[in-house]
Amino acid sequence: MVSMSKNRVKVCVLRVGGTNCDAETKRSLVELGADAEVVHMNQIVEKKKLEEYDALVIPGGFSYGDYVRAGVIWAKEILGKIGPNLKTFLEEEKPVLGICNGFQVLVETGLLPGIEGISPFPTATLATNFSAKYECRWIYLRHENRGRCIFTQDLTKDQVLYMPVAHGEGCFALPKENEKKLLDRLIENDQIVLRYCNRDGSPAEGRYPENPNGSIYDIAGICDPTGIVFGLMPHPERAFYGWQLPDWTSLKELPVYADGKQIFKSMLNYFKNR
Amino acid sequence: MSLKGRYKEANTHFPLFKIQLSDADEGALLAISNEMGLGLNREEMTHVKTYFVKKSRDPTDVELQTLGQTWSEHCYHKTFKGDITTDKGIIHGLLKSYIAKATRELDHPWCYSVFEDNAGIIEFERGFLIASKVETHNHPSAIEPFGGAATGTGGVIRDPLGVWAEPIACTDVLGFGPLDYDVSKLPRGIKHPSYILRGVVAGIGTYGNNMGIPTVNGAIIFDDSYVGNVVVYCGCIGIIPPGKYVKDTREGDIALLVGGRTGRDGIHGVTFASAELTQESEETSRSAVQIPNPIEEERMKRAILSTRNQELGSGITDLGGGGLSSAIGEMAYRSGCGVEVDLEKIPLKATDLAPWEIYISESQERMLLSVRKENLDEVLSIFKTEDVLANPIGVFTSEKRLKVRYQGYTVADLDMDFLFSPPKIRYKAEWRRKTFPEPELKEPKDLTSHLKKLLSSPNIASKESVVRTYDHEVKGNTVLKPFQGKYAGPNDGAVIKPLDDSWRGVAISCGINSEYGKIDPYWMAASSIDEAIRNNIAVGGQRIALLDNFTWGNPDKPDRLGDLVQAVKACYDFAKAFETPFISGKDSLFNESPLGPITPTLLITAVGIVPDIRKVVSMEVKRKNSLLYLIGVTRNEMGGSAYYLNEKLSGGHLPKVDGPLAKKTFNRVSKAIDNSLLLACHDLSEGGLGVAAAEMMFSGEWGATLDLAAVTRENLERNDLILFSESNSRFLVEVTPRRRKEFEKLMGDIPISLIGRVNSKDEFIVKGINGTPVVTTSLKSLREAWKNLKWSR
Repeated sequence: MVSMSKNRVKVCVLRVGGTNCDAETKRSLVELGADAEVVHMNQIVEKKKLEEYDALVIPGGFSYGDYVRAGVIWAKEILGKIGPNLKTFLEEEKPVLGICNGFQVLVETGLLPGIEGISPFPTATLATNFSAKYECRWIYLRHENRGRCIFTQDLTKDQVLYMPVAHGEGCFALPKENEKKLLDRLIENDQIVLRYCNRDGSPAEGRYPENPNGSIYDIAGICDPTGIVFGLMPHPERAFYGWQLPDWTSLKELPVYADGKQIFKSMLNYFKNR
Repeated sequence: MSLKGRYKEANTHFPLFKIQLSDADEGALLAISNEMGLGLNREEMTHVKTYFVKKSRDPTDVELQTLGQTWSEHCYHKTFKGDITTDKGIIHGLLKSYIAKATRELDHPWCYSVFEDNAGIIEFERGFLIASKVETHNHPSAIEPFGGAATGTGGVIRDPLGVWAEPIACTDVLGFGPLDYDVSKLPRGIKHPSYILRGVVAGIGTYGNNMGIPTVNGAIIFDDSYVGNVVVYCGCIGIIPPGKYVKDTREGDIALLVGGRTGRDGIHGVTFASAELTQESEETSRSAVQIPNPIEEERMKRAILSTRNQELGSGITDLGGGGLSSAIGEMAYRSGCGVEVDLEKIPLKATDLAPWEIYISESQERMLLSVRKENLDEVLSIFKTEDVLANPIGVFTSEKRLKVRYQGYTVADLDMDFLFSPPKIRYKAEWRRKTFPEPELKEPKDLTSHLKKLLSSPNIASKESVVRTYDHEVKGNTVLKPFQGKYAGPNDGAVIKPLDDSWRGVAISCGINSEYGKIDPYWMAASSIDEAIRNNIAVGGQRIALLDNFTWGNPDKPDRLGDLVQAVKACYDFAKAFETPFISGKDSLFNESPLGPITPTLLITAVGIVPDIRKVVSMEVKRKNSLLYLIGVTRNEMGGSAYYLNEKLSGGHLPKVDGPLAKKTFNRVSKAIDNSLLLACHDLSEGGLGVAAAEMMFSGEWGATLDLAAVTRENLERNDLILFSESNSRFLVEVTPRRRKEFEKLMGDIPISLIGRVNSKDEFIVKGINGTPVVTTSLKSLREAWKNLKWSR
């Protein structure tokens, strides 16, 4: 199968039972000119090949009900059924984005944080929120990446973003025994991408609800050491258009786009610069 | 003859009984109905007996159960269809004579399908249709709060799906007993309100969130009468693309059962729902509550929408109350067909189910499709891709009979016309106006503490900690969310933008007030209708359609039915007055527990169209120096008000609705929104002007001084009553001084009062009619009062 236009980036928005943010994720990508399609995991396994795509997005939802731990079942399915294809995909430096449940899946596959490369077992986790409940709210994020992550190339360092989170398991946690060491490695590797912050950009320092889930170091999104795999808990596809903002009715003018657009834009720009 | 002797085991290798009715007297008939959990009364059982005597045979358990389900209140709505004797004559069907009559007389061309299918359908734009449905799930939630509420959500989501609509938004309105209710006063078998609340909220959140449907609007109210009988309303709105609403089941079509497996959960759910709750309900009816699995329904939804998009189905319906017995019979009957079903083709959760259990089980996440033979393979492959079971279980026939087989043995064989024409029940209704003395309450000098007390009272206080556990953002189309402004004030309604290539939106709002129901069911219903519509108008909704959901006591008791007749009359009167047709509804009767009957409660859901979502108005005050206008007349209508309730008083003069004036007011407010004249707009409801104004101010960071002397009012010279009166059809709006003349001209003869101006101070001051302040406080302390609700004991 040939992509519709040579210039258009072909993006696979993958889904399984319980994925539920695929349509709006695809919409964001299409709006920016990508040739995005929503593909069921069964179709990838049976008919189509992952290799046909230039980029992979794992959207939000509750894959297989998240009945074990968020993202676990789908992650194991990916490793078991298309693991080698995904490895080739990454070797070709094709970007992989995980949003919310997608971030949980990427952590469970061992792709993130991947400090020592792809791990055969998860080396971090997205644990149950400190508040012990699912919560949907808008939060502020500070962009802290120094240039590694390809998904935030359009953002300036320390830029503050406004996006919603909606999850019950978003508390980024590292193994307690070498938490400090691993966190230092993440910072040193430039793997920290987005951190929860106050409206003025100052650190949330774990304070609720600015840090909505209790994540260590206010981490909202990280990339792998190469910068082509990125996972985040907030939903850029829900902060894509101006009318999705919670306060647009108070603004003098309705902006066309909101902050989430820049994540997708950066991802597509990566192909221009390649 | 003992009852036992009447059950004769059939000569089959599976459990099947024939029941000897031919010589049964009325007493025996009723005993059979009770023992088998049929929920049929004397007249109905006699009707059944006559049928089988004529057929010269005894019915099987499958047949009797099928009749019990099909003729239940839940499935057939016999109260709303029956004849009611009142002291003013006989009403031939409440639905036909009032609610649907208003719709018929209004005859709006945009009503596409009303009171017909699983959901009410109205036109949206360019051939797109909007389908809406609201259900109750009170009894299951009283027994098992999580499962009951979750399956309530799951069930109502299948209603729009059952008209080929993609679900795009959910609503939920909940009523609980007081959270500080004394545990020692709870009768045996009744759970504490705070336990029920936790379960219900988790159930609703889990189902909607997992399915990826935003829960965008709702309410939580508290009332003593909800202690024994929790109120759980779940609603769902869906959208159908042009030409995709297909209802063309024909002879020869395959009956395809899709979704989850069938089990023993949800047996006799409808008969359970159509009886009062008792101390024993916990033990006897636990199995009537179904087990939720939202992911199953999410997958099924995808497969159904693919089938719809490829136009491979000829009909669809939801398996809800009564399970397959109700769904398959109805689909055949409505299409003028008969049907033959083979029960052994149904995938089961357990292998030892008797045929009657398989046939009436209400296991969740199942739907029924009719498919032309030539399309079957393609449909099966769609369901396979989505990992959803799909099994052909029968064929629609030209013979108007319901034939059910199990392993080759006919276990039911009924004439469709008999199955769908139960005897009309005759009811008796009595209504006497209750009189309530007007209480004597001394006017307090300072109202600051009263305002704060109102803001922190359970019915008014912020429900943020609950509402945020529902995902209201998923699908990325929520234009106006439940909360607004920096400090999360309460919006009047939600707005969804369902189509990517259009600015047209759907506004969803509700109206409910249990306090008024205690005083006068007619004006309670009128107020709920006014409230639902004005909430919709306030956010920019127009061309509004209504849904009615009654939660009432036992209609076999004439006084409960008398109240119902009053409320239904108001539904007709005000649907006509506002020109807002009812498009769908659902009643939940028999809401009685050992603690007594439930307060008559009517939920009105309003679904409006927003011509351009860029014009949507939110409730928080936005600019310094802008003007605050009160629209409407404030009257001495304190009966059932939150102000009286807080003083443990009730009163009798509850708010009425002046239909023509209200309609004109709403039209002008819509026009003002069309012309972008309103910076903010908020409806006045519980707590009146005081609460609405406080909410508008503390949601943002601007202060104001209000002047009660300027309020347009009738027979009202007390500051407390002006500030807290709950007169209907009123709004508080913010207008920029630059457009003052334009606004005043547009409003014309509608009573408006310029009552204040926005300033940049952290203060909220209300001057009394003689000019001295009666409320002096900071926005911060108002905010704190509003966010101070204790969620557990």
